[in-house]
Amino acid sequence: MLRADGVRKSFGENEVLKGIDLHIEQGEVVCLIGASGSGKSTLLRCLNLLEQVDDGDIWLDEREITDPRVDVDEVRRSIGIVFQAYNLFPHLDVLDNITLGPVKVLGRKRAEVRERALELLRRVGLEDRAGAFPDALSGGQQQRVALVRAMVMQPDVLLLDEITSALDPLLVGEVLDVIRDLRADGMTIVMATHEMSFAREVADRIVFMVDGQVEESGPPEQVFGSPQSPRTAEFLARHRG
Amino acid sequence: MAALSTVLVLGVLSFVVVQSSGWERVRATYFDWADAKAAFPDVARAFWLNIRLFLVAELFILIVGVAVAIVRVIPSPALAPIKLVAVLYADIFRGTPTLLIVLLVGFGVPALNLAGAPTSLFWLGVIALTLSYGAYVAEVVRAGILSIHPTQWASGRALGLSYGQTMRHVVLPQAIRRVAPPLLNDFVSLQKDTALLSTIGLVESLRAAQVIAGREFIFTPYVVSAAFFIAATIPLARFTDYLTVRSLRRENGI
Repeated sequence: MLRADGVRKSFGENEVLKGIDLHIEQGEVVCLIGASGSGKSTLLRCLNLLEQVDDGDIWLDEREITDPRVDVDEVRRSIGIVFQAYNLFPHLDVLDNITLGPVKVLGRKRAEVRERALELLRRVGLEDRAGAFPDALSGGQQQRVALVRAMVMQPDVLLLDEITSALDPLLVGEVLDVIRDLRADGMTIVMATHEMSFAREVADRIVFMVDGQVEESGPPEQVFGSPQSPRTAEFLARHRG
Repeated sequence: MAALSTVLVLGVLSFVVVQSSGWERVRATYFDWADAKAAFPDVARAFWLNIRLFLVAELFILIVGVAVAIVRVIPSPALAPIKLVAVLYADIFRGTPTLLIVLLVGFGVPALNLAGAPTSLFWLGVIALTLSYGAYVAEVVRAGILSIHPTQWASGRALGLSYGQTMRHVVLPQAIRRVAPPLLNDFVSLQKDTALLSTIGLVESLRAAQVIAGREFIFTPYVVSAAFFIAATIPLARFTDYLTVRSLRRENGI
């Protein structure tokens, strides 16, 4: 459903993505792993058009979304993204953070969206914080709100950019629980992560990236169990400590 | 300790002033209670004009300021000519003394004899103040917009909000909140500068005081007028403090 063909992206002299091919199937959970700077975040940002690709193209279902004539705002409605630093809107309370998108972008009625937002907040265990401002919440709570903010748009695919990396280790679990829950619902997810054991548990497929290229890709048992590339083996050995 | 030193310093200062040889004459000319009471109704009535000028100009200044700020930050090459106009506007009107703008607009615009151009002194005054303060406010608002972290833009756009919607619902509210103290500071200054409009013939509080002063050869009406300006700016200053504290509290979840 989401497909990158030969995607290249440079920042100045620095080529961050050197021709990425990636096919994501409906309902699939794909984990991008790799060292910092290997291009995981940039790839995710390209997938929902926050960055413009230099070469190659990206397809959502039957449509090429990197076509300049495409309405990027419309594409982004169906591709949700959650960032490492949560990026909630500090001037809005939790509920308004969540309802802003559906009300302004999808033109839904506030009252109706409110119901749905409260229901999602209940699912992530935060219904009692609906009136709180983001700065009053812990990192884990903020990240769960950010997940709800993306989910309430009912995207076709959810991109998660190292969403547990900025969290206190004690708070990582509560965020991962939400992702397990989403997976159970059949949500298509592409996530960049450093949580190897979690990736092994939830992923249908692991994509290992090195220097802006896909080094190895396959089911978790294969990539973690018997990596084909020596670089994968070396990376995993280091990350198991 | 603070109270003691304050009383001491003020005591010494007032003693020095009151003991000076000219004090009796200064007191009679500037601080005569009977003269103040006599001048009060006229000056008060005229000050109502200052308030109206201020309130109307403030509204237009905000509109101009925000519009110019937005034009300057939009990253669109197609807008280059409008951006240039915005830059020129900010440079020229921030660099020209407000009094000169008041004189140029107040006497220049009616002299053009343009059909449809305002001839009311009130509106000419509002236009002059808006031109001058709009340039300041635009710079303050622009600084506020630029101070909002790019991740907020990314978050808004990622939800599918357009550039304009992200500006309107995400960036601008945060920017205005952040620059509220310097913005209100400009408005305190604007309140006082409504007095400049006396030069084009508006009988606002300073001019009303001047009329009495010229007739009676006393300066007490000026002091009365000054008291009005002070009385009007203090609430605004306290309101600024209140807003600052409130937004800090709210966003820190207290």
